[in-house]
Amino acid sequence: MSGGAADGRGNAVEIRGLTKVFNAGRPDAVEALLDIDLIIAPGEFVSLIGPSGCGKSTQLRLIANLTEPTTGEVLVNGKPARSARLDQDYGMAFQQAGLFEWRSVAKNVELPLELKGWDKAGRRARAIEMLELVKLPEFAEHFPWQLSGGMQQRVAIARALAAHPPLLLMDEPFGALDEMTREHMQTELLRICGETSTTVVFVTHSIPEAVFLSTRVVVMSPRPGRITEVIDVDLGTRRGVDTRETARFFAKVTEVREALRGIQPAGVEPDIEQVAEEL
Amino acid sequence: MTRFRPVWTFALALVLVAVAWELYKVAGPQDGGTVFGWTILPRANDTAMPHVWEMISRYGQPENRASDTPILVVVLRGAWFTFRIALAGLALGAAVGLGLAVLMARYKVVERGLLPYLVLSQTVPLIALAPLVVSWGGRLHIGAFEWPRWLSAAVLGAFLAFFPVAVGTLKGLTSTPPASLELMDSYAASWRQTLFKLRFPAALPYIVPALKLAATASVVGVVVAEISTGLAGGIGRLIIEYAREATSDPAKVFTAVFGAAALGLVLAGIVSLVDLVGMRHRPREATE
Repeated sequence: MSGGAADGRGNAVEIRGLTKVFNAGRPDAVEALLDIDLIIAPGEFVSLIGPSGCGKSTQLRLIANLTEPTTGEVLVNGKPARSARLDQDYGMAFQQAGLFEWRSVAKNVELPLELKGWDKAGRRARAIEMLELVKLPEFAEHFPWQLSGGMQQRVAIARALAAHPPLLLMDEPFGALDEMTREHMQTELLRICGETSTTVVFVTHSIPEAVFLSTRVVVMSPRPGRITEVIDVDLGTRRGVDTRETARFFAKVTEVREALRGIQPAGVEPDIEQVAEEL
Repeated sequence: MTRFRPVWTFALALVLVAVAWELYKVAGPQDGGTVFGWTILPRANDTAMPHVWEMISRYGQPENRASDTPILVVVLRGAWFTFRIALAGLALGAAVGLGLAVLMARYKVVERGLLPYLVLSQTVPLIALAPLVVSWGGRLHIGAFEWPRWLSAAVLGAFLAFFPVAVGTLKGLTSTPPASLELMDSYAASWRQTLFKLRFPAALPYIVPALKLAATASVVGVVVAEISTGLAGGIGRLIIEYAREATSDPAKVFTAVFGAAALGLVLAGIVSLVDLVGMRHRPREATE
């Protein structure tokens, strides 16, 4: 299941025997995740994909230590997830950019540095550097509401990477964007992660997005949330507009879609149909 | 021009009220309208409802025959006296209200235990409380500090002012978007950092309207305190003095009443300035 990712250097993320039960011991207990094992090596780009309720966001939140596992362990950079959070070993981006509207763009990017106790000059220099990375340096003194959705999301990525964390956790960050912006942002994200050599764990419900971005796609099934398949995708380091039209891209999309089709979503109407329609 | 729109609409509203007042004087019953023996409609005669122009011109005339200071000056002096006390009451009330809100937001147990008593506190009649505060204050001697009389009035203003601030701020502090709180968690931010960098700024749209309510409440508290503790020099004392002459000089009491109303507006206006400065970078929809 580790997909050959484990090597000598210490893993970016290591999940062993992870189970998460919400409302444990009560009649309304929900097994969100069952027996998850996953090892992510530094520099990898791993997408978690699956129908609603498969626990992909929960798994991300467990890596982020925003919630605690019921059993099993999560290691980030070789230390317990809690220590990794306290050390700010990861940056996080959500579907909503979630910028603070009372702060300028630069001040938003500075937020994690401020909390870490950086001095003013250092913060400002890093914020400008990060805004150059996401190609928004001229918007430093603007306020979030003056920016488009795609630009706001780029600021959120700059904020997540401001402290140069080795790991970036993203929960459907482009889910609220239109298709054009979305594809552009995907290319940008690859460039940014390449330049900063950041490991990424990426939650999405878009098959082409997962295939385009990832080195590995983790396919999950719901109730209880489990990993059903891990698909290696390697479309090369120089991915661009043309990559989406190659035969290999289509073959991988089909492979992921078929892996998802094998899943019988319990209970509610499958979200997966909608996922498949996106191509 | 849209910046001054509130000013224009306010002026227009004043004129409309004046016109309605005069229309009622023409059309309304002189000795009040009664239904089943209950006086429902106010008397429209000149003693109960003096003409608008009489009230305005009264400002230019002296307070009484012994004085030659126009009543406008007297009212302004009283208003200034009350204004300073009300401002102190607002500051004190806001500080207490903010502090209580932070405590309640931090500890759920405090909220559950305290909030009912805060609501209860507002049902205590101020008139009953006023003499108590004066007597408690009078017994306080901390070193060289002696409790001045005006401080009792300020405390009573604060007593009314803290409530909207506490409730509004609490609502604001607990309405922080969960995603933003999670973001702060992901940075391992302390509760204190989250309070100052996220919860407070996010609560500002709730705090400012609460402060406006508190500003007017403080004026009401101070005016009532002046009347019930017999504190001289303020607008409250003028109202009670002038009310005694209501039959012989009906326009006079209105000069002081309007003074008190203007006072509340000025104090609320000061809070609006805080709003303008604090919210200057927010999107329009949020400030409106």
